[in-house]
Amino acid sequence: MSESIIIAETNKGTIADVTAELVNAAIALGTTPTVVVPCTDATIADGAGYEGVARTIAVKGDCFSNYDAASWAAAIDAAAPSGIILAAATPQSKDIAARLAARRGLSVVQDVVSINGMNLTSPIYSGKAMQTVAISGDTVISVRANVFPAASSSGANVSVVDQSGDVATAVQEIIARASTRLDVSEANIIISGGRGMGSPDNFSHLEKIADTLGAAVGASRAAVDTWDEIPHSMQVGQTGKTVNPNLYIAVGISGAIQHLAGMRSSKYIVAVNKDADAPIFAHADYGIVATWEEALPVLESAFSSMMA
Amino acid sequence: MPNIVVLVKRVPDTNARIVVNGDRVDLSAVKWVISPYDEFAIETALQHKEAAGGTVTALTLGPSGSDKVLKDAKAIGVDEIVRVWDDAWTEIDSNGIQSALAQAITELGAEIVYCGKTAADTGAGSTGPGVAERLGWASVSNSTDASFDGGLTVNTPMEGGSARVSVAGNAVISCDKGSLKVRKPNVKGIMMAKRAQVNVVTATAPASTVTIVSQNPPPAKPAGKKFEGGSSAEQVARLLRDEANVI
Repeated sequence: MSESIIIAETNKGTIADVTAELVNAAIALGTTPTVVVPCTDATIADGAGYEGVARTIAVKGDCFSNYDAASWAAAIDAAAPSGIILAAATPQSKDIAARLAARRGLSVVQDVVSINGMNLTSPIYSGKAMQTVAISGDTVISVRANVFPAASSSGANVSVVDQSGDVATAVQEIIARASTRLDVSEANIIISGGRGMGSPDNFSHLEKIADTLGAAVGASRAAVDTWDEIPHSMQVGQTGKTVNPNLYIAVGISGAIQHLAGMRSSKYIVAVNKDADAPIFAHADYGIVATWEEALPVLESAFSSMMA
Repeated sequence: MPNIVVLVKRVPDTNARIVVNGDRVDLSAVKWVISPYDEFAIETALQHKEAAGGTVTALTLGPSGSDKVLKDAKAIGVDEIVRVWDDAWTEIDSNGIQSALAQAITELGAEIVYCGKTAADTGAGSTGPGVAERLGWASVSNSTDASFDGGLTVNTPMEGGSARVSVAGNAVISCDKGSLKVRKPNVKGIMMAKRAQVNVVTATAPASTVTIVSQNPPPAKPAGKKFEGGSSAEQVARLLRDEANVI
């Protein structure tokens, strides 16, 4: 079996679950992966062994303290062997994937949702079509979360290499989000509101459910454009963020093509809308025809008792 | 005074219906537009010029049909329009596209490049960082709220929030919307764009290692379950836990 390299996804000083899914993506390609963990402290890689993995390398460097695409790509490139490279299709890892590919003179295939031999399938035209490509030779690919099952952990040994990279940008200031809630691009559960919420104040009802579930709060473009209080960073859709969480709950969102483009690949979609003919229902696994005033309190208390 | 390049790409209008014929997408009937995020890149590039002087050149890679988006960029206010192409590029992959663009950017003598955070057709977001790597430049992706006083600084998302980063030296900045309002072409701009000449250049591109096998409609989603009334939310919550296993 040929070798492949997995760039571990890290989040808040831990290795994110999607890394274990990348192991099975690498195996689907007929390769045996080496997991590379970019870090400032190699203890993050403790317990980062997975069934089916050749080895785990913690790449330790000061350049990994803040994200700088040039230095991350340089340091990872220096530490990683050759082979097909897999990364998670998150904004940051797609960025690294593109730089690593360019650095090695390779092509990059982003947002892979299915692997069949050397054929890779990704959504194109905002999910309005799917494209399957054949790769030959080493390629860098990013794989979406929630597509492959997670590999089991194993107690593999971790080797540590020190690596530096020249940092090309300087962080002047870190601006923490006003709330501790996750961003829509980070969350596995998202509850979004549209103009059907009636006023931005009513988003507090979505926040309450989000906090019960550890979810992020999103919004449709109509809501962002209508209300100054709803920032663009919350927007899911064509000119906002593309998300594919396990669960997406759309409240008071009609389901314009613009919005569907950003969330249609979510694993499960719940729609709450008072209009039984709203297009969003055609994409919902579970539809609730009701006003948000009727549905959200019921949903909130049901989730609260489940999480208790 | 900075030599600024902005990368633009022609894509089907984002409201267009995407039709699949055989095993390929049929784009013969779509309306072509500048990829929406590239409009944010054009606006940022023009603001950069207004703050620091210099010139803005819009650059695209594509056949002659791509001239339209260059003229659209000209109408909005860019100074020069350049297209890089070779008719031999029947199927060009990301490696080829980035190599060719990097050569054209070098030829133009650019110091700073703006592009959209992704193109609306592929959604990949590879071009900005990939071109930067080939040029040996810095890159900042998904950037917003650029400021040009005392050097370039931009906002970029970071875990738990965002960071204000400064960029010294040459860089490729991939732009998101943020609080940006893009300017629209005026009558004078549209008239000037009509007369504008596209400067067509060529470059070399490595052979493609990624080939398209098929393009298909998205898999049909099985019909969902639909419930009437707010009280049904309790049942939906239970299904999310017991049937979907996502709670």
